[in-house]
Amino acid sequence: MKLVLPLHKKVNRSWQVDALLFLALAGFGSFMAIPLIYVVNNAFKPLDELFIFPPTLFVRNATLENFANLFQVMKNSWVPFSRYIFNTVFITAAGTAGHILLASAAAYPLAKHKFRGSKVLFTVVVLSLMFSPHVTAIPNYMIMSALGWMDTYQAVIVPAFAYPLGLYLMKQFMEQIPDALLEAAKIDGASEYRIFWQVVMPLVKPAWLTLLILMMQMLWGTDGGSFIYSEQLKTLHYAMGQIIQGGIARAGVGAAVAVIMMSVPIVTFILSQSNVIQTMASSGMKD
Amino acid sequence: MQKVKNTANPLIQPRLSPSRLRNYWELFGRDVRRDKHLYVLLAPYMVLFMLFTVLPVIISVLFSFTHFNMLEMPRWIGWENYSKLLWNDDVFLIGVKNTLIFSVVTGPVSYIACFLFAWLINELNPKLRAFMTLVFFAPSISGNVFFIWQIIFSSDSYGIINGLLMQLGVIYEPVQWLQDPKYMLGIIMLVQLWLSLGTSFLAFIAGLQTVDKTLYEAGAVDGVKNRWQELWYITLPSMRPQLMFGAVIQITASLAVADVAMALAGFPSVQYGAHTIVTHLVDYGTIRFEMGYASAIATVLFVLMLGSNLIVQKLLKRVGE
Repeated sequence: MKLVLPLHKKVNRSWQVDALLFLALAGFGSFMAIPLIYVVNNAFKPLDELFIFPPTLFVRNATLENFANLFQVMKNSWVPFSRYIFNTVFITAAGTAGHILLASAAAYPLAKHKFRGSKVLFTVVVLSLMFSPHVTAIPNYMIMSALGWMDTYQAVIVPAFAYPLGLYLMKQFMEQIPDALLEAAKIDGASEYRIFWQVVMPLVKPAWLTLLILMMQMLWGTDGGSFIYSEQLKTLHYAMGQIIQGGIARAGVGAAVAVIMMSVPIVTFILSQSNVIQTMASSGMKD
Repeated sequence: MQKVKNTANPLIQPRLSPSRLRNYWELFGRDVRRDKHLYVLLAPYMVLFMLFTVLPVIISVLFSFTHFNMLEMPRWIGWENYSKLLWNDDVFLIGVKNTLIFSVVTGPVSYIACFLFAWLINELNPKLRAFMTLVFFAPSISGNVFFIWQIIFSSDSYGIINGLLMQLGVIYEPVQWLQDPKYMLGIIMLVQLWLSLGTSFLAFIAGLQTVDKTLYEAGAVDGVKNRWQELWYITLPSMRPQLMFGAVIQITASLAVADVAMALAGFPSVQYGAHTIVTHLVDYGTIRFEMGYASAIATVLFVLMLGSNLIVQKLLKRVGE
């Protein structure tokens, strides 16, 4: 087997330290992975195996019973299960798309131009990264009710458009785009909007793919917060939480729920990972 | 275009005589008109941002000086909430103590872990790199899966840890991991660390890839002897923007810990063993509806975050010197 860390071929590397570091990485990696492996295995364990002593990590007689039970429970819920799925998919898709668009549009002037107020605005955004959402929960509730947005989709979607994280990330990446490129576009007669949309946006694809992952994961896991009350508008996450709490054979069905909930963000991540990690090298983007 | 703007304008001088002042406003108007496209691009985000982030914070700070229970109109009481909070609320002090213990341990550890793992993973070959990134990033991306730790540390013998220890003969009775204040905080720290390789981890991986590779060769020529020197003199200084970003995220996360504590140790936890500033906030804000008091807690938390961020940013400026 070829040594996975080809570091000793590089300058300034000793293979002993390589081996040590690799062992450490493998060790911590398994600490990260074992709980997830355990959840996945639990989801496939039959009831008797869930409660044997001593507890086992891996499943012996895999069964789909837990998933079947889950759908059995779902059948009796107040609104059709597909409604929960639709709500979550809709909130996630609309919130993510809007956030990427608005945050990038705002990041471009801040990253590439100096104008009145730009410094102040950016400082406020960076400061706001330090607010915990709990700090603003109460006034946000009041603003929503003043707007008459209680119990609507937009109460969850529209605030997501303006999370500070995306602007900060996008600005960082856009700053790496060489000015010469933008000036060339300018000389060719492109308007600011066109430069943003046709020159800048394609160049920062890795950045908005990263944002896509982060926002997706955030919104996919939302339970509607304190804004959504109607059962028809509740999200999948909320419905799943109810099942874990009141469900039958808690451990098994709970694990099945968890596996369903976590598979979507993880699959998205795998799909966009090659783009995110590999093209983040931003080769050709530097001066 | 850029260049014109960058040159210092002689008309904007510290001493503003009336005629200069008029010039200043004319200039201001001209600048705004010239940059109107930029403001148009900025506007949609900023309007929503002001409405849903800045305005709530201002409201929250104002509320912290009032008595407000959501039923009657807020009544201005000055610093009363703060003095009650800091001198007469023992439970809050427990929360502060736990939060500080917690963030002093998990904050730096998770921050350094994010960087170290990103750095090590970055040296692997591409396929293994993709796999390891997934392994380390998966816990933080998979939502509320941390409830699995509740099963792992379950108080009966079906819990993985209890089962394992009983099997090995270390203990004979199951330990009440999540009910015993002795263990609670430690377990929550462990789980929080497990979850913490998230946004900043991803930003670090991205940042490592943008470091100019030729710098390393140049470093080797200039006498950089081992990977640690390489790290300190080349890699870290090149990554300063990402390091700052990561610091903000990790500090905020470690000072705002609540969800994990509430999910694992229950709410309120036994003898307030896992009580933090945010659980105190949740208690007053959503259970007792003492909004003024809850806002004061939120403001104290924000000041704490701001202070630690400023200190850490000062420290980070020295990296690589």
